Amino acid sequence: MIGALELGLIYALMALGVYLTFRILDFPDLTVDGSFTTGGGTAAVLILAGTSPWVAMLAATGAGVLAGVTTGLLHTKGRINPLLAGILTQIGLYSINLRIMGAPNLPLLREETVITPLRDAGLLGGAVAVAIFAAMALVVKLVLDWFLHTDQGLALQATGDNERMIRSFGVNTDRTKIIGLAVSNGLVGLCGAVVVQYQGYANIEMGIGLIIAGLASVIVGQALIPSRLIVWATLAVVVGSVLYRLAIQVALQVGLEAQDMKLISAVLVVIALLLPQWSPLRRLPTLRSLTRSAAVSADGEGR
Amino acid sequence: MLELTTISKTFFAGTVNERLALRDVSLRLAPAEFVTVIGSNGAGKSTLLNIVAGALTPDHGSVQIDGRDVTRLPDHRRARTIGRVFQDPMAGTAPSMTIEENLAIAYARGQRRGLHRGVTRSKRELFRTELASLELGLEHRLKTTVGLLSGGQRQALSLLMATFSEPKILLLDEHTAALDPRRAELVAGLTTAAVRRHRLTTLMVTHNMDQALRLGTRLIMMHEGRIVVDIEGERKRRATVADLLDAFERVKGAELDDRTLLQ
Repeated sequence: MIGALELGLIYALMALGVYLTFRILDFPDLTVDGSFTTGGGTAAVLILAGTSPWVAMLAATGAGVLAGVTTGLLHTKGRINPLLAGILTQIGLYSINLRIMGAPNLPLLREETVITPLRDAGLLGGAVAVAIFAAMALVVKLVLDWFLHTDQGLALQATGDNERMIRSFGVNTDRTKIIGLAVSNGLVGLCGAVVVQYQGYANIEMGIGLIIAGLASVIVGQALIPSRLIVWATLAVVVGSVLYRLAIQVALQVGLEAQDMKLISAVLVVIALLLPQWSPLRRLPTLRSLTRSAAVSADGEGR
Repeated sequence: MLELTTISKTFFAGTVNERLALRDVSLRLAPAEFVTVIGSNGAGKSTLLNIVAGALTPDHGSVQIDGRDVTRLPDHRRARTIGRVFQDPMAGTAPSMTIEENLAIAYARGQRRGLHRGVTRSKRELFRTELASLELGLEHRLKTTVGLLSGGQRQALSLLMATFSEPKILLLDEHTAALDPRRAELVAGLTTAAVRRHRLTTLMVTHNMDQALRLGTRLIMMHEGRIVVDIEGERKRRATVADLLDAFERVKGAELDDRTLLQ
């Protein structure tokens, strides 16, 4: 169970990236499956070559950013549909990732990584490791919160919310979309780098179907903490990511096999999407909706 | 301030749906001039506004703002000088963002947007004062998401956002049409006040002839892509809705005569 907690907190970085594109930019970006492996593969190759793992993580983030920019350019300058633009980058990246890695599987067995001190001290799987990963997820969440409240961040939010309006205030929405995709995939690349070090190997297939895990985290989290306020929404994503890994863990413990994971992931997302529409649940008020309806009735109008 | 020279625009050129929206329209607005634009559906009013804003590029002709040719400049690069309010109250604001965030976006009109905090304490003070001028009590609701506001409130906010960062030109596209009469009256009043206060050169499209006569310093009527009536000053003040209807009938009649002659 602790392992699931750790994984959930690590994968929260990727989920925050997915939140940025899906929820803030309203751009269903499928680049993630490719850029995750790009980040992981880049980090693995650099670490194997003797580079500092911190530098490797920086490079992995940069590689993710490039992937995001590619999808952004395909969509904005090439006027390609968002879904297709993401898929094209993702497919292209598969070959690029193989080129980067040189082999489909790269073990990091005896390499010095950022996880090594934790492993050597026997802290992995304990409260200290969980606290460290939680701190990491929290820092990234706070940085994302901060970014989204800068002038540039507000323009990015508005791009997903009302494109015509933000253009009328002088914002080049092509640019904000590219920036959003770059930041998102940068986070995904960074997440790939951490995962590679945590599990001790990079694999060409490690990103496949990952977008579903990201989506599940966002949807599950927001179903639980339904706030449109950024600070709550990003926290919800982190919580969602942990819950998702726990759900997977439970599924494994009740006897499902690793090969069933993709199906379980897909089913989880479908459940998370359908449950809120199921009427008995819809009538169940959340704490937030209660306080809001009190405020709204005092105000005289609702949404 | 704003000069349109022989602007033409055709939609769906070369297809069965081909429609000539503007034919050789020339129009010159002096600084702080407030022009109301009326005309039937498809007269070319919205096309005219979209060409000034840069959302559409004309097929022929040029657009000059302050002596600078901006004909080929996309809308977001003209935004520093142009404020817009759309007909749809939902169009001018970002619904899932708060009132203060919307204002912060408008405040940075046409500027480079960096990594400074969007809403600062000093800006918040300014927003409060500006919102208070709307007299809707919005100054106490800075953190409310705009999606929770009524259509009238949102349109008043859109108007404030379009004007308080002092563009040179204000474009209003039937911005009171979707509101009930009382709210429409309120927003029209706010419009006049804002235009006066910031001395904005204004183009306001409206369906309401009465409103077109009451507001502004000059009135133009469009028909089938042309400006057919252009009155200002004393003549505009003395004109009545009946006069406008009369003028409209004459224009249509003349056209009918041409057709009859040709047949």
